[in-house]
Amino acid sequence: MTTVAPPPVTQASIDRRTKLFNRICAGVLVAFAIIWLVPILWTVDTALKPNAETTETTWLIHHPTLESFRTLLAQGDVWNWYATSFITSALTAAATVIVASMAGFALSRMRFRYRWLVFWFVLIGIMIPQQVLIVPQFREFSAWGLLNTYWAVILPQIPTAIAVFIFKQFFDGLPRDLDEAARVDGAGFFRTYWRVVMPLSRPVVSAVAIFTFVWSWNNLLWPLLVMSNPKLMTIPVGLATVQGTYGIRYADTMASAILGALPLVLLFLFFQRRIVEGIAGTGLKG
Amino acid sequence: MTTIVETVSPEVAPVTTTERNTQPGHTRPALLMLAPFLILYVLFIIGPTLYMVLMSFFDGSLTESGLGKFGGFGNYAEAFGSADFWSSMWHTLWFTILTTPPLVVLALFFALLANRVARGRAFFRLAFFLPYVLPSAVVALVWIWLYTPEIGLLSKIVTTFGFAEPNWLGSPSLAMWSLAITTVWWTLGFNFVLFLAGLQDIPRDLYEASSIDGATPWQQIWRITIPLLNRTTALVIVLQVIASLKVFDQMYIMTSGGPNYSTRSMLQYVYDLGFTDLRTGYAAAASTVFFVLVLAISTVWVVLTRRQEQRF
Repeated sequence: MTTVAPPPVTQASIDRRTKLFNRICAGVLVAFAIIWLVPILWTVDTALKPNAETTETTWLIHHPTLESFRTLLAQGDVWNWYATSFITSALTAAATVIVASMAGFALSRMRFRYRWLVFWFVLIGIMIPQQVLIVPQFREFSAWGLLNTYWAVILPQIPTAIAVFIFKQFFDGLPRDLDEAARVDGAGFFRTYWRVVMPLSRPVVSAVAIFTFVWSWNNLLWPLLVMSNPKLMTIPVGLATVQGTYGIRYADTMASAILGALPLVLLFLFFQRRIVEGIAGTGLKG
Repeated sequence: MTTIVETVSPEVAPVTTTERNTQPGHTRPALLMLAPFLILYVLFIIGPTLYMVLMSFFDGSLTESGLGKFGGFGNYAEAFGSADFWSSMWHTLWFTILTTPPLVVLALFFALLANRVARGRAFFRLAFFLPYVLPSAVVALVWIWLYTPEIGLLSKIVTTFGFAEPNWLGSPSLAMWSLAITTVWWTLGFNFVLFLAGLQDIPRDLYEASSIDGATPWQQIWRITIPLLNRTTALVIVLQVIASLKVFDQMYIMTSGGPNYSTRSMLQYVYDLGFTDLRTGYAAAASTVFFVLVLAISTVWVVLTRRQEQRF
C-alpha cells in the first residue's frame, strides 16, 4: 500500500473498482434494510406467542398461538373501528377525488373571469396546516351538533388544496386536442371533464385516492377530538385509547397493532408501484 | 431547428393568448365546477382560520357558546409570558432539530446506495417504505414494546452489549431522543422515495463520461450526484421541517407529553389548553402564533415548487 506506485488507470481496473464499490453498497444497504424490518418482525413474533411467554425476550416461540387475535376479534370493538375507518377513509378519498379534480379541471382548461384570484386563493390552502385549526373546527362541529358522526371526520378532510394542484398539473400535461374535439362536437365542459379527461387520468386519480385514503386512515388528532364514543372510534383512535388497558398483555397489544396495520399493509403491497410513483411524481406530503 | 420552430409556432401562439384572456361562456360553468371544492374549502379551512384569529382576541371557553369576553391582545401577552408556551415551542423545535438531519441524510444515503444496486429494489422499498404507511398508533404501540424496560427488545440488545439500560421513555433528557429514533424509523421511507426519484432524473451518460475520464465512484457521488440533487434535497428538507413541526401523535401516545412535560409539543399544548383546560380563546392565540411559524416555512416550500414547475 505505502511503497508500491499506483497502477496505471485502465478501463479494467475502473470496472473492477466500481464493481467492488457497488458490492459494498449492496451489503451496507441490506444490513440497514434488515434493521428496518426488525421492529415489524418482532411485532409479529410477539403477537404469535402466548401472553405469558412474551417476557422472555427471545425470537423463539415455544407455543405459537393465534389466541391474541382470537380474543381481540371476539371482543368486537375492533370490528367497529374497522367499520368507521373504512367508511370515513373511503368516502373522504372518493369525495376528494371528485371535488378536487373538478376544481383542477376548471383551473386547467377554462378561461373564466377572476381565474388568477381563485388560483391564489386555493394556493394559500397548501400552506395552511390543518392540524392547527382543531380549536375553531371543533367549535364549528359542536355548534352544528355533528360531533360523534362520520360527517365530523369526513368533511374537513375533503378540501385538500394540494390535490387540486396535483390534478391541475396533470390535466395541463394532457393534450388539448382531444377535449377541444369533444367541445367542437357539442359536449359541455362537464361532459368533457367526465367523459374525456377523467378516463385519461387514471394514474393521478388512483394516486390521489390512495394517498387521501392512507392519510385519512392514519389521522389521529382530529378523529380523537370528534369521535369520543368508543363504538365510533377509528382504528388509530381506538388503539391509542386502549393502549394502556392491555397492561402487560404484550401479545394482545402487538396483535392489536397488527390488526390496525393490516388493511394498509395490504393496500401498500397491492399498490406499491402506484404509491411510490405518486410520491415521486408530485412531491406531496400530508 | 428552423423547421421545428416553424411548425410549432402557429400552434403555440393562440394557446398563449387564450392563457391570458377570459373567454365568454366559461365563467358560469367554471364557477359551478369549482363550487363544491370552494364551498368546503371556505367552510372548513378558510373560515376556521379566520375564526381562530378572531377567537384569539376573546376569552372564550369550551363550555359556553360564542366568543366570550373581549380581551384584546391579552391572550398573546399571556402566551409570550408563559413558560409552558415557550417550553412547548422549544420541544417542537428540538424534535425538529433531532429528526430533520437524520431523516434527510440517512434517506439520501440509502437512496444513493439503492441507486447503485441493480437487484432487490422491491425489497428495499418494502423495508424502508412499509413503516410509513402504518398508522401512528401502531408505530407507537410497537415502539413502546421495544422500549419496555428489562424485557423490551431494544433494552435487551443494549444490555447484551454490556451497557447500562437506558430509561428510554421515562427519563426527561432521553425521552425526546427515543421519540426521534421512532420517528426516523417511521417516516424515512417517504424521503427515501423522493430521493430515489430525484436520482432517476440524473442522466446516465454523465456517469459514463466521468467514468471514462477516470472518476472514482466516490468522486462521482460528490461531484455529480449531490450537486445535481440540490433541488430535491431542498424540497425534502423543507417538507421534513414542516412535518416535524406538526408533531403530535408520537408524543401523545408514547409519553403523553411527559415525563414532567419534557416532550409536550406545540400541538399538544394547544390540545391541552383548548380541550383539557377548556380555554379556547387562549388556545386559539397559541395556535395563531404556531400557525404563522408553519405558514412562513410553507411559503418557502411553495416558492421552491413553483419555481420548479416553471422550469418545465
